[in-house]
Amino acid sequence: MIDAPASGRRFQMTRRKMILSGTLAGGALVVGYTATHPMQAAGAILSGGGPVPEESAFGSFIRISPDGWVTIVNKQQELGQGIHAGMAAMIAEELDADWDRVRVVSARANFRAYGPQITAGSRSVATNWDSMRNAGAAARAMFVAAAAMRWSVPRRLIDVRDGVVSHGASGRSATFPELLADAARQTAPQRPTLKEVKDYRLIGTDRVRRKDSLPKSTGAQVYTQDVHLPDMLVAMVAHSPRFGGRLARYDATAARKVKGVADVFAIETGVAVVATNTFAARQGRDALTLEWDDSEAEKRSTADLVRYFHDIAAGRTDVDPADFHSKGDDPKEVFSAQAIEFSFDFPYLAHAPMESLDCVAQVDGWDVKIISGSHLATVDQVQAARVALTIPGRVDIDVVPAGGSFGRRGIMGADYLVECVRIAKRMPRRPIKLIWTREDELSSGFFRPMSHHRVLVDVGEDGFPARWRHRTVSQPLLPLGPNALAVEGVAQSPYLAAAKVIDGKVYSPTFPVPVAFWRSVGHSHNAMVMEHIVDQLARRLDRDPADYRRALYRRAHAKRHLAVLDALCSRGGWGAAIESGWARGLAIHECFGTVVGQLAEVRVDVGRPVVRRVVAVVDCGIAISPDQIVAQMEGGIGFGLSAALYGAMTLKNGIVQETNFDSYPVIRMNEMPMVETYILPSTNRPTGMGEPGVPPIAPAVANAIFALTGGPTTSLPILRDGAAASAGFSFPRASA
Amino acid sequence: MAYSLSVNGATHQVDEDGQTPLLWVLRDTLKLTGTKYGCGVAQCGACTVHVDGQPVRSCSFPLEAASASPIVTIEGCKGAEVEAIQNAWVARDVPQCGFCQSGQIMSAVALLRAIPAPSDADIDVAMSGNICRCATYNRIRAGIHDAAGQLRHRQS
Repeated sequence: MIDAPASGRRFQMTRRKMILSGTLAGGALVVGYTATHPMQAAGAILSGGGPVPEESAFGSFIRISPDGWVTIVNKQQELGQGIHAGMAAMIAEELDADWDRVRVVSARANFRAYGPQITAGSRSVATNWDSMRNAGAAARAMFVAAAAMRWSVPRRLIDVRDGVVSHGASGRSATFPELLADAARQTAPQRPTLKEVKDYRLIGTDRVRRKDSLPKSTGAQVYTQDVHLPDMLVAMVAHSPRFGGRLARYDATAARKVKGVADVFAIETGVAVVATNTFAARQGRDALTLEWDDSEAEKRSTADLVRYFHDIAAGRTDVDPADFHSKGDDPKEVFSAQAIEFSFDFPYLAHAPMESLDCVAQVDGWDVKIISGSHLATVDQVQAARVALTIPGRVDIDVVPAGGSFGRRGIMGADYLVECVRIAKRMPRRPIKLIWTREDELSSGFFRPMSHHRVLVDVGEDGFPARWRHRTVSQPLLPLGPNALAVEGVAQSPYLAAAKVIDGKVYSPTFPVPVAFWRSVGHSHNAMVMEHIVDQLARRLDRDPADYRRALYRRAHAKRHLAVLDALCSRGGWGAAIESGWARGLAIHECFGTVVGQLAEVRVDVGRPVVRRVVAVVDCGIAISPDQIVAQMEGGIGFGLSAALYGAMTLKNGIVQETNFDSYPVIRMNEMPMVETYILPSTNRPTGMGEPGVPPIAPAVANAIFALTGGPTTSLPILRDGAAASAGFSFPRASA
Repeated sequence: MAYSLSVNGATHQVDEDGQTPLLWVLRDTLKLTGTKYGCGVAQCGACTVHVDGQPVRSCSFPLEAASASPIVTIEGCKGAEVEAIQNAWVARDVPQCGFCQSGQIMSAVALLRAIPAPSDADIDVAMSGNICRCATYNRIRAGIHDAAGQLRHRQS
């Protein structure tokens, strides 16, 4: 047996440092860089960049070639959400390009050329709305200037449409390629004139479609998993089965005898087996003898953690709360005897993207080459530089589409990418493809945090919540600052508008189970808390849940919520007769600037909810690509329904029990409800769409079950049979 | 030992352990990467290929068993059904991340060859072995109906 290097402990410290480098400000990810070496500090400041992008007269994001094709360089990560089409449409609209002659390529990581490349918080469209339109409008102005000069006519009389520049009065026209050389010599205007919404010809139409459906329907699309390079080796890593466990010893004698195994060595995160192909790496890893030091590892089971969270909320532990929202002269004001208490428990959830985690890396002295479905490309660049002991500017990340992510590839510490670079650094100049199995991915943590919520509501004589006490227990997603992400969607809720006393506290215990952003983050549980409480309050007050919401939204002047509610009720047939055994439930939640309402038609079949139809209404500001908004709504509902019905990652003595899709089920074809999506017209700036479709479905289903059975849902998932139950998974039911 | 393997109409001599899952022979040895690894335990369907015309999860199908039969992957899948399916997939923008779609399409093609005008219940049975985490299920269902319609139209 070989004793593990002493670096196991160091890894934990570095990981903490890595996480420290990211903070949240105003909802947007702002990335700071914690350098540990003077060279790195200098490098981060001076050389944040990468290979110089192809030069273009029209800026970093637009290339126009003599054959008439417009190439848009997409700085955001395409993970399925269709952002490549959204980015391209913003440019193409202002450029008046021919959409059928627009193609999109992924930007390599390069802070200097593209600014921060961070795909997070459903903000890709919102944060690039101005810069992409400006880029397109500036390029258009250059073509107009070139034509005006050539034809000696005023610029204002020149029109551009579908890549053709024309002057109506003289009947002259020229295509982009015909004007290309002259246009490229023009100076780009700093503040080009942007179109008004009413003049859009592309944005908001069904012409804005994906550009990648064909390669994704023929097997031609290359993901990280598919990369083959000359001399490439495939690596797998044996990780500690417990969070916080460290490698004590290992014996690789048998592993080295496996045909195709090239090398075995310990790295900071476990034991790496490097082989000529994936199956050999897997067999080699299976042949390892491993011994782990669990002295600092998490050894509790899920039931212990649930009890611990309940104790924390009751003030029976040393975890101190922080105020997240308080209002009123005396927040400790005694609640009336009629105050209603609600309790909720939510489990850990894994992301389980179809492409499990993988990365290709090659380290050659100062130079690092990476191919990865990289979510936070400019963060990943810095993390790779840190472990390769080089500067970020020497790290070239070729960003390829990811086979899903849902947040898992957006870990600030870039765990899997860093692991791949560490292995590649041990084998200089050899390209290394790191493959994580599904079991590796599900067991790796970085879960949506489990949480416990206790809410005490006193309803005033006017029927509105008058006093609201809120306790949330959830591990923090960021190591610094208030645990705002655990309570997002609560403090801003229109249901709190009438309350004279608000006493909101969040408890943030820390322990070794790593947690992370998961599609819709804190909203993934808080929508359930708020929306299911409101239905229960309505029942207590003998009010219709939609009417009660309407009154609350009016009281809060929540005009967008009101519009979504009204459209949802009319489109979804709220109040109309429905077959015996079926009921409707609705929920409305705002997140990432977008308001989504969903109405679910549900029956309960021997204890199992069946959801046959979901009607969705969305206000996401200006709709850039209506078809992709609909696709994200469908996808968000499917993703949220998987979690609501089945999703739970559980621990038994610290070991993750759900290791594949047999024990972590997700919905399949036969369980997917029909979805109808209605987009409210708007002239407001566009807001997020990748995540807001997720949160409302769980409360919409729970509210329908409540209407059917009168029983509230106090924990998720709704179904706790199968593996979760046999693993001893059980949340105590609290009475509402 | 070496196995003779017929893939997409070509015969390959493959010198791998007979227990090697067909998936890894296709992906790593033959570099046919349209077939994806998603779970390794025949739960997700991302690795679906046709063996003797039947949809099979190649992650759980050993090389020694595969060597007896003709194998078709997404790269070599030809004919009216796959053409109709791919047309429908592009027309509806079915894929999101797209990673599961090779497997979805291989299952859908096998369904259309067996049942040219499948009902929703037929689709549930044939397609429930294929997971899509982006939940593109409704577009897949609609795409299969579209493709069936295209094929009927072509015949009439």
